Amino acid sequence: MSEHSSAHPTTKLFVTVWIGLVVLTFLEVWLAYIHLNLTLMLVLLIGLSAVKAAMIMSYFMHLRYERLTLSLWLVPALVMCICLMAIFFPDAARALNLRG
Amino acid sequence: MADGHNEALGGMIEHEWAGGKSPFAVGSKKLGMWLFIISDALTFSAMLMAYTYMRMANPWPTPFPMYPAVIFSTAMTIVLLGSSLTMVMAVAAAHRGDRAAAVKWIIATMIGGLGFIGLHGYEWMHLIEEGLRPWALPDPVAHPEYAGKSVLFGATFFGITGLHMTHVAIGVIYLGIIATGFGRGKFSGEDVEVSGLYWHFVDLVWMFVFPMIYLMSVKYN
Repeated sequence: MSEHSSAHPTTKLFVTVWIGLVVLTFLEVWLAYIHLNLTLMLVLLIGLSAVKAAMIMSYFMHLRYERLTLSLWLVPALVMCICLMAIFFPDAARALNLRG
Repeated sequence: MADGHNEALGGMIEHEWAGGKSPFAVGSKKLGMWLFIISDALTFSAMLMAYTYMRMANPWPTPFPMYPAVIFSTAMTIVLLGSSLTMVMAVAAAHRGDRAAAVKWIIATMIGGLGFIGLHGYEWMHLIEEGLRPWALPDPVAHPEYAGKSVLFGATFFGITGLHMTHVAIGVIYLGIIATGFGRGKFSGEDVEVSGLYWHFVDLVWMFVFPMIYLMSVKYN
């Protein structure tokens, strides 16, 4: 963890991360193409999106090269949101069943 | 012992926050942008959370065929991702002090953003022509994929993609101001970096919106 934001990753690294993001996007589209069931699809897509978000924040938004305290200060709220989303899913499924 | 420890800790905190020093070793502009991004991320999270709940709790229409709708929105995603890469190049050029290159990369980013808005606007027009509204679904006779489905589809679709598109539009204007000012030597490399943070955030949000809205509503034959 570098103390200063002057430690810059190389262009090659940025392009590699970008190709990774494109590959993950195509993986998501492929998952849609093979037609999984709704719950599995939702969990996989949120998982892949979280990975892509982490890649963007770490490299493009430079968070990996900032002090660790900045990440610790910013990231928990977002993790909490994804956890809350997961907690609400069973209730959403219950509400659908109530329709009979 | 405990008191001594607290005193030492208190002294350190006071020293760290007493001014003249940035606690996270980032400038105040960058810290401000990060705070804005987190609060904006929570706004989008609230909308996406409401959407995923309603998506699962209601009979939801699945109107997007793999071709053309999903391929089209994948192209939009690649355009937006591409504009993030050009923004990274702009920030790198700005830090090198290469003003001309930085301005060119920012303009490339703006073109990516405008391309995204254009493609998205085209798609919106298509859906509106079909009869989709925030409060109504298209005619179920002409479009049987909407028959008996929840009207909330239009509300969440236009609400979430509309909020995102607003962010892209504001981003293009913001980048335009930064490019002009940086080209004239009015803004610093940090200003470019801070605008880059905003742009990457807009891209990041789309990484959730695209799978949640489009890939969860694919029409299978």
